[in-house]
Amino acid sequence: MSVSIRHAAAVWRRNASMYARTWKWNILPNFFEPVFYLTAVGIGVGGYIEQMAGMSYVEFLAPGLVCVAAMNGASYEVTYNVFVRLNFEKAYDAMLTTPLDADDVLAGEVMWALTRSLIYGGCFYFIVALAGLAPLPGSLLALPALLLGGLLFAALGVTFALHVSTIDVFSFYFTLFLTPLFLFSDVFFPLDERLSPFWQNVAEILPLLHPVRLARAAFSGSYEWTTVLWDLGYILALSTLLLRIAARAARRRLTN
Amino acid sequence: MASETAPVVSAQRLTKRFGDRSAVAGLDLTVTRGICYGLLGPNGAGKTTTLRMIYGVTRPTSGSVHVFGLDIATHRRAVRARLGVTLQENVLVEALTCKENLEIFGRYHLLREPELSKRAEELIEFLSLGSHRDVPVRHLSGGFQRRLAIAMSLMNRPELLVLDEPTTGLDPAVRLALWSRVRELRTAGTTVLLTTHYMDEAERLCDRIGIVSDGRLIAEGSPRELIERTLARDTIEIDCRADEESKLLDGIPLPPHRLRAGGRLLLHMDDATALVERLRAREPGHHRLLVVRPTTLEDVFLALTGARLEGGQ
Repeated sequence: MSVSIRHAAAVWRRNASMYARTWKWNILPNFFEPVFYLTAVGIGVGGYIEQMAGMSYVEFLAPGLVCVAAMNGASYEVTYNVFVRLNFEKAYDAMLTTPLDADDVLAGEVMWALTRSLIYGGCFYFIVALAGLAPLPGSLLALPALLLGGLLFAALGVTFALHVSTIDVFSFYFTLFLTPLFLFSDVFFPLDERLSPFWQNVAEILPLLHPVRLARAAFSGSYEWTTVLWDLGYILALSTLLLRIAARAARRRLTN
Repeated sequence: MASETAPVVSAQRLTKRFGDRSAVAGLDLTVTRGICYGLLGPNGAGKTTTLRMIYGVTRPTSGSVHVFGLDIATHRRAVRARLGVTLQENVLVEALTCKENLEIFGRYHLLREPELSKRAEELIEFLSLGSHRDVPVRHLSGGFQRRLAIAMSLMNRPELLVLDEPTTGLDPAVRLALWSRVRELRTAGTTVLLTTHYMDEAERLCDRIGIVSDGRLIAEGSPRELIERTLARDTIEIDCRADEESKLLDGIPLPPHRLRAGGRLLLHMDDATALVERLRAREPGHHRLLVVRPTTLEDVFLALTGARLEGGQ
C-alpha cells in the first residue's frame, strides 16, 4: 500500500481545523518560552561565561534551543495526541471507513507533526532573530534544519506511540529520552570540546545532535560539508527506517 | 455493468479467527441492491467483525467478500469511496461544530468546496441538526451526536450504508426519527446493512434479516418468513412455575415449540384458540395469567440463539 497525499492531507486538515480553533492560546507560550530561556540561561548564566566556542554564550545557545523547540512541537503531537486519537477517541477507526488507509493516516499525522514543529521552532526563531541573535539572511537556512529535526522526532515519537499500550509510558519517553537529548546534544555546551574523540563518536548516535549542528552551521555561516552530509544522511536514513517500522505498526493497530 | 446486477454485498464462507477464538465461522451473506438487511445476534456473535470484513479493515482468515461486485481484498479504496459506515460508538471531534465535523469527513472522501459545504448543509437539514449547526459537538445530547455520526457517514452519498447498532441508548422519539430517515434513504435507493439488538427495530426497518450466532448465519428471511418458518404465528404466554408445568399441561397435545423463560412458559402455534380453551377449562376460577399474542421476532431470536428450547428444533 502506498500513501495517497490527498487523503493524507485530509488527515492533516482535520488536525489543523482543531488547532485553528485554539491557535491564539496555543501559540502564545511559544513566544514566551524563548524569552525565558534566553534571558535566564543565555544572559543570566551567560554573564559568567566569557565565551563559548568562540562566541557569546547566548549566541551559542540560540540555534540549539530553536531545534529543541521544533523537537518538542513534533514530539507532543505524535505521542500523547496520536495515542489518544488511536486508543480513546478511535478517530482512526472512523477514518478507515472512508477511502483512507493506515499509511495515509500515518502520513497525515507526520505532516501535521512537521507543521507543529515548524510553528514551535519558527516562533522561537522569530524571537531569536528579533533579539539580533540570528544573522540574516544566512540563518534562515536553519528553518529547513528545523523541519528535518521535526521529521526525525515525529518518526521517533510516532513509532514509540504505535508500540505502547498505556499512556503513562510517555513520561518515560520525555524524561528518560528527550530530556537527556536536550541536555547532551550540543545545545548547552560544545560536545567536541568536552568529550574525548571516542566519546565524541559515540555521541553521534544522539538524534538531536544532528539538527542542532545543522542549525548552528546556518547561524554561523560556516559549513563543514562532510559533517553537513553526515547529519543530513543520518536524519533522512533514520527517519525513513523508523517510518517504515511505524507504517507496519499502524497497519497492525488499525487493521487486523 | 456487472456491478448493477451483482448483489451489493456477497460474502462466501467467511471466517475470522483471533488466536484460538473464531469470531466468524463460515458465514455466507448476500445483500441485494436496494434492501434494508438486518444482522441480529447476541453480543459477541460476530456481527461487528463481519461488518469490518465487509468494508475491508479486518482481513478474513478464509473466504471472500465482494462489495458492488468488487473484491474488497484488492479494491479497498474504491469500495469505501462508495459506502458509508456509522460505527457503534460515535467518533466526533468534540471541540468542533456539527458543520465542521461533517466537512472533515467529507474531506476524507476528497470532497471540495463548494460541494463540501453544500453536502454538509443538506445533511444538517436531512437529520434536523439545523438548530445545533454551529454548536461544538461536546455540548450536544446523545441523540444529536448519533444523528451527526450518521450524517457524517452519508457525506459521500453512499450506495451502501452500514449502521452498527444505530439506535442503541437513544430515547424512543429519536429512534423513531432515525428509523424514518433510514426508510427514506432506502426508498431513495440506498442499500442499508445494519446490526441491532432491538427486534422491533429489525422488524420495522428490515426487508430481510439474518440471525447470527457463534459466527454463523443460523436463519435468514423476511421477518414474517422467519416467524412462520421457525415458530408459528401465535404465542401463548402462561405464568407457570416449572414444578406446576406437568400438572397443568398433562394430557394436552402440545405444539412442538415451547420455551421456558423463568416463571413463564411460551407456547408457539398457528392457531391458539383451541389450546387456550382447554387450559382455561382445566383450571376453572383460577386466574392464572395467560396471554395470547402474535409471535414476534424476539421469540424467534430467543428460540434460535438463547434460552433453552424444548422440543421442536
